[in-house]
Amino acid sequence: MIKLEEVKMSAEETGKWGMVIDQDICTGCQACVAACAMENNITFVGEKDSGYGRSMHWIRIERFWEGEYPEVKMTPNQPMMCQQCGSAPCEPVCPAFATVHSQAEQLNLQVYNRCVGTRYCANNCPYQVRSFNWRDYERPEPLPNQFNPDVTVRRRGVMEKCTFCIQRIHKAQDKAKSEGREVVDGEFTTACAQACPANAITFGRVDDPESLVSQLAKRRGHGVKHLEELGTLPSVTYFKGG
Amino acid sequence: MTDKKHHDAEAHFREKHLMLDPLPRGQMNDMVMESMTGKPSWKFWLAVLVLGGIVAYCLVYSWAVLIAEGLGVAGVNRPSYWGVFLVNTVFWIGISHAGTFISAILRVFKAEFRRPFTRAAELMTTFGLVQAGMSIFMHMGRVWLSYWLMPYPNQRMLWPNFHSPLSWDLLAITTYLLSSTMYLFLPLIPDMAMARDRSTGWRKAVYKTLALGFRGTEGEWTHLRNAMNIFAFAIIPVMFSVHTIVSWDFAAATRPGWNSTIFGPYFIVGALHSGMGAAVVVLAVIRGNMKHMKYFIRAEHFDAIGKLMLIISMTWAYFFFNDYMVQWYGGDKWTKMLLHYHEAGPMGWMWFAMLIVNVAIPWAILWNPKWRSTPWLVSTVGILINVGMWFERYIIVPISLTINRMPFTWRLYQPGIELYLGVGTLALFILLYVLASKVIPMIPVWEVQEGQMAHQFKKYGRETVVAVSELE
Repeated sequence: MIKLEEVKMSAEETGKWGMVIDQDICTGCQACVAACAMENNITFVGEKDSGYGRSMHWIRIERFWEGEYPEVKMTPNQPMMCQQCGSAPCEPVCPAFATVHSQAEQLNLQVYNRCVGTRYCANNCPYQVRSFNWRDYERPEPLPNQFNPDVTVRRRGVMEKCTFCIQRIHKAQDKAKSEGREVVDGEFTTACAQACPANAITFGRVDDPESLVSQLAKRRGHGVKHLEELGTLPSVTYFKGG
Repeated sequence: MTDKKHHDAEAHFREKHLMLDPLPRGQMNDMVMESMTGKPSWKFWLAVLVLGGIVAYCLVYSWAVLIAEGLGVAGVNRPSYWGVFLVNTVFWIGISHAGTFISAILRVFKAEFRRPFTRAAELMTTFGLVQAGMSIFMHMGRVWLSYWLMPYPNQRMLWPNFHSPLSWDLLAITTYLLSSTMYLFLPLIPDMAMARDRSTGWRKAVYKTLALGFRGTEGEWTHLRNAMNIFAFAIIPVMFSVHTIVSWDFAAATRPGWNSTIFGPYFIVGALHSGMGAAVVVLAVIRGNMKHMKYFIRAEHFDAIGKLMLIISMTWAYFFFNDYMVQWYGGDKWTKMLLHYHEAGPMGWMWFAMLIVNVAIPWAILWNPKWRSTPWLVSTVGILINVGMWFERYIIVPISLTINRMPFTWRLYQPGIELYLGVGTLALFILLYVLASKVIPMIPVWEVQEGQMAHQFKKYGRETVVAVSELE
């Protein structure tokens, strides 16, 4: 029997990459969604499938309304992506080890070429942030000309999800290694954080107290981790109502 | 006077009970052989043609389309990543449970009424598991790589994840399929030998091979009885574990509505509920359409299965209520929302229909001995129970998946090509039965004869009593 404190301890010790999202300054412009799709070669699903709940975005902007018309109040926009849980419910349920934990980066990896498409991980994800390739979607011109060479193109029958732009992490680490130094905070960031015009998304090392994410988290205080009560140890912290 | 009365009592018993109405062995063997090898009527060929057509279109062609196009042609979406495929898997595994229940549990408990239909029930297990296995493979995104779920040695030292309930599932279903096929074969050996001695041509060659040289010596019978006893006891825990493990696919997940500790027994009772309903339909069809079957399958059998159906329906109702209670008592906000969504949501009609056909109709009809002995009536109840149990699985899988902890993704599931594939599995199940009725003796003759030998009339004073002697 593992005690909750032990889990928290180990998460504090080993959590590595994380995000801070300020919902108060998010305008819901969807720039992060577009940037993510371009960076990660996310396919174009089309209107019909998208309307039926098959949209393939690794990040989505959730909007909610409170109250009944005409007394409607909109809640702050909520960008939602893979929370890169420290104890992820998606991982143990995959029968093929296609979704595994990276010990080095403390991220949830999705191994596309090992996935057989049972979709159990997506069912078990409390954040519902996994996307499945329901078909081999056609990419209308000129989209086939802007593939990112660093990211695999996925075929039908495969699960995918936000990777915290692991290709950028690796690129930065390789560059730093060749120059014989450590990766500097702010040297690189994820596509969504880079594209956000309001700087609502900040990405960095949560295990480094000097990094911008840690500083922001400390300065704002009262951060929320979604569905923390499930013990998933998410790496994304949300701020709202500051 | 007393003699006549005594005679009447005996005749009455004879008419009612197969075990007390023995025929000469040779005649009984010939009856079973005739029902199997007799020239098929045009109805048989029509059934084969229609079912074959449905299988070709709804199963083979539709599956090919599904593989070629991807799961987009099905109705699965976010958040209902699992749909009718899983409903059908659970449904068919449920159907397969009645076979083991009848042939193993009733054999262990020496329920004499089981004798004429253990074969039909065991065939149901094997044929049902074939459909369940196919349904689970249809559901996979890249089915051509499904061998990756098997623990096989490979150069990259990759291994399946034994933490995953799906891996448990695969092992449990494979074990069940293998053991139930063996358990189907063992009691078939004496009947194969019987058929071998009474057939010519290709049949002779087939039966000769399958009879394994069985001659009916005392030693062979002893071995066979021992083997069947061991299997009957060993397969009961397998049967219970299979559906418990299937339920863990759901119960082990962190989903509101799924994360319920009662799911194991609840699923087993549900499986028996649908399985018994299917068994009674099979019996009614065999009795109505095959030669000499009115001798073997009588009102007493429908009466006995009807009683079982009633008890199982009551047990199911208890577990259904219990499941709701336990989940509601958990106090989780999302679970509460889901439970209301079940009965008040857009699919509420299905929830109420499920309760009516699973509980209300069986209770209203099966309590009456006369009604539950009427084949068409009790088999109609059986069909309705199966519709209701399909609804139950539909509510557990895609409807419950609609409600999750991220309200932004809530969306109702609309089945697509899954429905064709479901009809295809049903057609294949019936087709396998239709074909088997011409190749496999549907009645285990030796088992009936064994039972009849053990039964006899005894007279205590003026009273005629039935005595059953212990065979082993």
